[in-house]
Amino acid sequence: MISRSEVIKMIMKKTTSDHLVLSTTGMISREVFSHDDRQENFYMIGSMGLASSFGLGIAKSNPDKKIIILDGDGSFLMNLGAAACIGFYNTSNIVHIILDNFSYESTGSQNSISNKIDLCNIAKSSGYKFVDEIINFDINKISFDKKELSFYRIHVGIESNEEISRVAHTPEEITSNFKLIL
Amino acid sequence: MSIKAHSFVQILKSHSFNNISGVPDSTFGNLYNLIDDDPDINYFRANREDTALGIASGFSVSNKNSCIIIQNSGIGNIINPLTSFNLIYKIPALIIVGWRGYGGKPNDAPEHWVMGEKTTEYFEMLGIPFECFEDEHEAQEGIEKKLIYQLDLYSKEKKLRSIIIKKGVVV
Repeated sequence: MISRSEVIKMIMKKTTSDHLVLSTTGMISREVFSHDDRQENFYMIGSMGLASSFGLGIAKSNPDKKIIILDGDGSFLMNLGAAACIGFYNTSNIVHIILDNFSYESTGSQNSISNKIDLCNIAKSSGYKFVDEIINFDINKISFDKKELSFYRIHVGIESNEEISRVAHTPEEITSNFKLIL
Repeated sequence: MSIKAHSFVQILKSHSFNNISGVPDSTFGNLYNLIDDDPDINYFRANREDTALGIASGFSVSNKNSCIIIQNSGIGNIINPLTSFNLIYKIPALIIVGWRGYGGKPNDAPEHWVMGEKTTEYFEMLGIPFECFEDEHEAQEGIEKKLIYQLDLYSKEKKLRSIIIKKGVVV
């Protein structure tokens, strides 16, 4: 199975300055930072499960931008209510991507419960308009151009890399840099 | 006495709090219905208080005034986002809290006793300034003045701040 790091690298390569990337806590933010540190990235180093609702607020206040939320299976499942809210408010400028490695890798690869949960069905019934489950990753399956609320569940492998650096910016710097482009 | 929910909403609007998220609380009378129906207000019906704070933070980082309106029983749900997000990223929001179980036992129903007694301590602990609206017999004018002062202060400082409101103050 393709590694999450590899998927993140390809997703980041696809982004333009109109794409605001919000990455969830743990390894996902660290990998986004390592591959492509941009002003349009917002690394949420803490507050697990909050990336999606934060994304909803940003999406509604910046309708001309596309908000790409990079969530994990753990963080998505931690706050399913936020997904329901995004769906209810039919937030068409959100692309919600779940990088699903079926585990809490950042804390030592403990199993999550996503292997038995149909995340795409949850998204569909919450009101996400375009929903796709990607088992064999191909970057061409991902689109940032759809004018509808989109959801991708991408199956990725566990590949612990302790060497990967932490996000070097302070939280305050992340906020002040990001505010400049809004 | 006390302040009408309608007037409360008008004051929020006049201070550009047009983006509001929350979880309902009976403390505020028909306020939630008013903001949900108001064409000048984007109200987001969050399912939990952390979601409300996340949404409000998205507006806040986009340089807009934003607030959440919640019941004190949900304060526990915003501790994690406050400590590991808003406080360290310096992302402000005005946190308006309905004070159920005011002062603790025997006020209100048993599920509100513990939080009713501890409500202000959470904000003290986190170093978030707050103002309590505890006098339901105060004239509307006085409450309005106090509210306007708090909203002006928030707009000026753009820092986390809370307003804690006892049942009967907003009707």
